[in-house]
Amino acid sequence: MTSTVLTVATMGEAASAVAQGATFFAGGTIIMRDINAGTAAASLVRTTDPSLKQIRISGETVTLGAGVTMANILANRDLAFLHPVARLVGGPQVRNMGTVGGNLFAPHPYGDFAVALLALGARVVMAGQGGARPVDDLLRDGTRSPGLVAAVEFARPRSGTFGFLKVSRVKPKGVSVLSVSALLPREGGRIRGARVAWGAMGPRPQRGTSAERALEGQSLTAETMGRAAAAAAEGLNPETDAIATDWYRREVAGVHLRRMLEQMERG
Amino acid sequence: MAKKPVNFTLNGDARAAFAEDGQNLLEFLRRGVGDMSPKYGCGQGTCGACTVMIDGETQLSCLVLAEAVDGKEVRTASGLPSPALDPLQVAFMENFAAQCGYCTPGMLVSARALLDRNPRPSREEVIEAISGNLCRCTGYETIIQAILAVAEGRVRA
Ligand SMILES: Cc1cc2nc3c(=O)[nH]c(=O)nc-3n(C[C@H](O)[C@H](O)[C@H](O)COP(=O)(O)OP(=O)(O)OC[C@H]3O[C@@H](n4cnc5c(N)ncnc54)[C@H](O)[C@@H]3O)c2cc1C
Ligand code: FES
Ligand code: FES
Repeated sequence: MTSTVLTVATMGEAASAVAQGATFFAGGTIIMRDINAGTAAASLVRTTDPSLKQIRISGETVTLGAGVTMANILANRDLAFLHPVARLVGGPQVRNMGTVGGNLFAPHPYGDFAVALLALGARVVMAGQGGARPVDDLLRDGTRSPGLVAAVEFARPRSGTFGFLKVSRVKPKGVSVLSVSALLPREGGRIRGARVAWGAMGPRPQRGTSAERALEGQSLTAETMGRAAAAAAEGLNPETDAIATDWYRREVAGVHLRRMLEQMERG
Repeated sequence: MAKKPVNFTLNGDARAAFAEDGQNLLEFLRRGVGDMSPKYGCGQGTCGACTVMIDGETQLSCLVLAEAVDGKEVRTASGLPSPALDPLQVAFMENFAAQCGYCTPGMLVSARALLDRNPRPSREEVIEAISGNLCRCTGYETIIQAILAVAEGRVRA
């Protein structure tokens, strides 16, 4: 089936088209495959609205428009803490095309940027709706988009509190065996409000609650890292695909969590 | 089915053609415009044979909506100079960087984009720049050598 594509000038018009059932077309790196295969939705909408590509940094708050590409992030020096994440999404062409918004809906094993946003405790701003909702909710709801995402916002992490690691077989470009990210704010040397997020360890990026419990209230010693690593795979149900089996993913999750924590500790 | 007018520049020349609804840029360039240099390898974004530059950025034309290049500058491997060659083309020949040649137009576009932005890339930067382009023949080393030869000024063209 062929799809019809509507191009509109403003985010508002795009949001109403989405509300009426159209599928949003962002960078196209996922959805264009379906269009090429004739399996995409009948009605698609895209917008040329420049506000979707805005990056705003005011005080400690970072706001990324949903249409910001991985390459846009890599070109922004104020977002250096996100460069190790954006650099590992696809190859150069995919990074020039793929957007922050699209990454939130990318199916397994994709969604590496969404994993980082989940660890950062990002909030999602929907077009035409007031307020923002936790990215956790949106990711829990699956790959069906709940409307048009306008932007994501989060507090810039303090130096040394944010970590990200992606494990892939093909370098420098390869999909995830898994990815893991953490935000570990400290109070008086103790971790307060630990957030750990996993990618490719289930159908969608998800919180690593068992690892979070092992880290909360502790200082980041070798012993704490060991306990978090031992608990890492609890409650996770990864898929088996061409890259790795579910068993393998569970086996290595703790090892990679520990490596990321060690990296964070070294700074 | 709706046809959409697309006005754009292809390798510096103003062009106008109609795109079908949902048509990808690769098919549009090959069938609609007659530029056969971008190749169809996978149609899924994995091989890079269809790589073109849009406003100076490399993109995968099989995943770009043709109508989205309205008002934009598209560059393909056929825009490389002829009959006098781009130094990259000379270096690809001198270094045996092509066997079947199917990946070559995409490789040349990725390499040109790299050198336009960064004329003296390191080996790592070259590898990174062509990491979205698959080659099933050469094992990549000759391609890396060819691009480095241009970067290091070892090619006369
Ligand atoms: C070769 C290749 C390699 C890849 N490697 C990786 C990788 O390593 N890691 C990774 O994470 N991903 C990878 N991807 C997947 C993809 O490129 C990225 O996830 C990218 O960020 C998707 O963004 P997009 O703008 O292209 O999405 P699109 O294809 O435009 O959209 C994807 C989905 O998201 C929805 N959507 C997009 N934007 C919005 C919005 N603002 N509001 C509501 N819904 C929206 C669309 O409706 C659609 O359902 C790869 C893809 C390819 C082709
Ligand atoms: S044909 Fe476009 S990436 Fe393979
Ligand atoms: S030369 Fe055959 S694919 Fe590269």
